Amino acid sequence: MLAKRIIPCLDVRNGKVVKGVNFEGIKEVGDPVALAAKYDREGADEIVFYDITASHEGRGVFLDVVKETARRVFVPLTVGGGISSAEDIKRVLRAGADKVSVNSSAVRDPELIREGARIFGSQCICLGVDAKKTGDGKWTVYINGGRIDMKLDLVEWVKKAEALGAGEICLNSIDTDGTKAGFDIDMLNAVCNSVNIPVIASGGCGSLMHFTEVFRETGASAALAASLFHYRELKIPQVKESLKKDGFPVRITAAPPETDSLEDELF
Amino acid sequence: MIAIVDYGAGNIFSVQNALKFLEIDCTLTSDPIFIDGADGVILPGVGAFPAAMKKLDEAGLTDTVKRAAAEKPFLGICLGMQMIFSKGYEFEECEGLGLIEGEVRLMEPEGLDIPHMGWNRLIKNNDCPLLSGLGDDEYVYFVHSYAAHCADKDVAAYTDYGSNIPALVHRGNVYGAQFHPEKSGQVGLKMLKNFAALV
Repeated sequence: MLAKRIIPCLDVRNGKVVKGVNFEGIKEVGDPVALAAKYDREGADEIVFYDITASHEGRGVFLDVVKETARRVFVPLTVGGGISSAEDIKRVLRAGADKVSVNSSAVRDPELIREGARIFGSQCICLGVDAKKTGDGKWTVYINGGRIDMKLDLVEWVKKAEALGAGEICLNSIDTDGTKAGFDIDMLNAVCNSVNIPVIASGGCGSLMHFTEVFRETGASAALAASLFHYRELKIPQVKESLKKDGFPVRITAAPPETDSLEDELF
Repeated sequence: MIAIVDYGAGNIFSVQNALKFLEIDCTLTSDPIFIDGADGVILPGVGAFPAAMKKLDEAGLTDTVKRAAAEKPFLGICLGMQMIFSKGYEFEECEGLGLIEGEVRLMEPEGLDIPHMGWNRLIKNNDCPLLSGLGDDEYVYFVHSYAAHCADKDVAAYTDYGSNIPALVHRGNVYGAQFHPEKSGQVGLKMLKNFAALV
């Protein structure tokens, strides 16, 4: 039986990890390579990098970050942000990423999913989705970091993406993101019940209980969090132990990390 | 020196990254002379069985790889593991390297997703030097849709995905990992280290 995955997500801008609340008020929190290596040592099942760099020069810096991370991190690495063509996908995979996450560009051009899956395989095409509630049991898809409402029905979109060849969905709730009030259970259920590919829950996690809740109440196969881990409010081994105690299959890594030196890596 | 066979299939850099991280002498090569001269050989691979066999053939490496497998430590990873067997049935029937008798067929686990993707547990079956120093039920990272069917005596470890499927196979100096040791954290690195120790 597959283990439930715990995934730290690192938003990277100009080569530094940053964190914002509800996509606003962005702060720098550390060096991506050091943080990724740290999370790997702690038992992260996968690492996600989102490039939120706006400038062209920053993109080159970001690819260097991916390359350097791939030399030091030996769990799957997913890379997203600014990927809008098969050529972009190839570039990050060659830099050492195992999967790519496509979001806004896939909404604008769904063929990107089909093309990516055909050339590189479904297993490396993850669809990132930002969605917000519009009414009872209804959500719409937003693009450009949660700024533009595409008036696109969430459930219709994920079904279409699956049919086009997406291998996984990372579902972020704009309503719960940054709130620490728990994952968006209703929205996750709506998506998990509509597709047969793995769904990663994202947005809103603030406590150990929220991890248990999301795996107990939804079909999500992984949970993603950012600031919770970056600010050491919770550590990955704690989350794994808690889930194990609650009866979920999780990968507990044998070697406990050496003394907590993450603070040195923080700004 | 370990030769990582580069025949244009899959993400070979991650295998190289892992060996370099472990400070194991290795080279990425498609040159038969290097492969013949290597002390150990790793055959990586991502993609489809017939396409990979064809690429290996077109690179003029099929006999070189068979020769290597006959005389020195040899490790196939993921599709490289599947190619160790006699036959594959991905899209079409296709001859494999035939290093271990067995067939590779589409998995049909009831009620479970395909591909089998994520962290799953190894179930030890037979002694294998690659598992030395590892616990009884370590998690490793899988991404595959096809699985090997072979004799139980050749299986060092199974994993449970609907039924027991061969995760690590071993006969003589030939080893095959259906999972990705280079993406399986400390456990995978330990196996690569164990392999290098045989070289």
